[in-house]
Amino acid sequence: MNTLHDCRKAFSKALIELAEADPRIVAVVNDSVGSSNLKDFKQRFPDRLINVGIAEQNMVGIGAGLANGGLVPFVCGASCFLTGRALEQVKVDLGYSRSNVKLCGMSSGVAYGELGPTHHSIEDLAWTRAIANMTVVVPADPAETSAAMHAAAAYDGPVFLRLSRMPVPDVHPAGYEFQLGRGALLRGGTHLTLIANGVMVCRALEAAALLEEEGISAAVLNMATVRPIDRTAIVEAAAMGPIITIEEHTVYGGLGGAVAEVVVESHPVRMRMLGFPGEFAPTGSPEFLFEHFGLTPDNIRRAALKLVEECAGVTYATDPRG
Amino acid sequence: MQHASQSPADREVAVAAAARLARRIRRHSLQMVHSAGLGHPGGDMSSADILAALYSGVLRINPADPAAPGRDRFIMSKGHCSAALYSALAEAGYVPVERLSEYMKPLSMLNGHPDRNKVPGVEANTGPLGHGLPIAVGVAKAARISGGDWRTFVLTGDGELQEGSNWEAAMAASHFQLDNLTLIVDRNRLQQGDRTESTITLEPLAERWRAFGWAVREIDGNDPAALVSAFSQIPFETGKPSCVIANTRKGCGVSFMEDRAEWHHRVPTAVELAAALIELGEDSE
Repeated sequence: MNTLHDCRKAFSKALIELAEADPRIVAVVNDSVGSSNLKDFKQRFPDRLINVGIAEQNMVGIGAGLANGGLVPFVCGASCFLTGRALEQVKVDLGYSRSNVKLCGMSSGVAYGELGPTHHSIEDLAWTRAIANMTVVVPADPAETSAAMHAAAAYDGPVFLRLSRMPVPDVHPAGYEFQLGRGALLRGGTHLTLIANGVMVCRALEAAALLEEEGISAAVLNMATVRPIDRTAIVEAAAMGPIITIEEHTVYGGLGGAVAEVVVESHPVRMRMLGFPGEFAPTGSPEFLFEHFGLTPDNIRRAALKLVEECAGVTYATDPRG
Repeated sequence: MQHASQSPADREVAVAAAARLARRIRRHSLQMVHSAGLGHPGGDMSSADILAALYSGVLRINPADPAAPGRDRFIMSKGHCSAALYSALAEAGYVPVERLSEYMKPLSMLNGHPDRNKVPGVEANTGPLGHGLPIAVGVAKAARISGGDWRTFVLTGDGELQEGSNWEAAMAASHFQLDNLTLIVDRNRLQQGDRTESTITLEPLAERWRAFGWAVREIDGNDPAALVSAFSQIPFETGKPSCVIANTRKGCGVSFMEDRAEWHHRVPTAVELAAALIELGEDSE
């Protein structure tokens, strides 16, 4: 594919754009000005960057208070600490309170690689999507990161943006219009659907290209919004054939779980869930860990071939949509 | 408002109003807890005078416009004392007083812990301890950023200060020089299971707050005159957040409840309720 990007650049550029247009926009950080790529923001709006120090519970509470005071805070920190350390504040001060706070979970998934499981954030989707009133978004490339930031700012309520520092190519065509709660079909197909988000979308597209060479037509659905999930797009995919979900997250309660919840209720089909298999990762770089746990285009390809073969004799009854 | 330059006559009126409101809060709270069959009457009673002082003239609020951007904010961090909070809000005009009888009844907006999306005048959803002060720091900081002149008040329990999030917020408040923020600690010296000092020592509490950069006053938190006087003098020091350590008695106002740990969440029987209401007395006017 094409050039690789660090989506944090699109994130910080979007935050500056938003702050220029709306004086209510502020950034809150936990000593993470550098890791959240907010040096330019700080220079531009020194009074609108609030550094609370290394104190995530306080940071999320302060975010709720800033929103009570009429501001629109983007609360930015490494996703592992922002969600895990402050989970009760996310539940009560943001979700239950319906506070207009945007959580930006930086370096999510296994982006911190060799730093190990303490710094991996592969449970954050399960945690945040279990909380009522939360909107949960996992952008896949710079354009979607920027669009998700603008959509989050325009939406009145708590949003968790799960961002990455892993290099990714552009996966969306020019003119792509992001909508909260809507999946984006990036590639049509007739045999099965690959549903992915975040840094796994480009890998799903690569897998689909590999499958095409073997005569398998795989659709690729980018499911950036995990809550509320796009039920219509999932039911359409299920009506067509089996589904593989691919996520940079544990398979317990993440994207795969969210998709499966819709599939089993609305249109049961065979599924495979690719992700981290419910164990803490060994030492290794992100790319090493993706290889180790099979989150590569080639392994997606193999999983797809196997699933299509298993489903060869299976026929599905009626399309629930009539 | 007028507080900085209150005349002695104004002060007397404010103190009398606070004392009257405190009695009503206590009467409502005990009736609510009795009717609901659960609640936290000990803490409702210890904080009644603090709430009464705030809601009888200190807070610059308009119950007809509960979301007015420039309003003073009061955050009840000890959300389990919701009966006292709802009573104060009802007497202030946010909620019809008749609706207090719905406390904790099925589908009531008056949940055991307050919900700002259901009850006008509630600023923050609290219940888990250690949430109110960080939120209050954010509210006070928002005033600084947006140029608002509202003041932020937050009431915590004392046992609640065992939660570490309070101390994260304490550091931030003094670092940000939030002299538009006032913390009141309901220092009743009892927590759910035991005395605070037998559980995890809080003393020297005033010294601890001073060490964290706060301006501290210790007062009798069940004395409306002391409360009104303290609130008329905030900020205690320019550039520092203010901390009022309100020394209170759990169950204050009812002899058989005072300073007894079991009234943290014991429910008065009909006989106990009747005896308590007699002790508290009716409004004289």
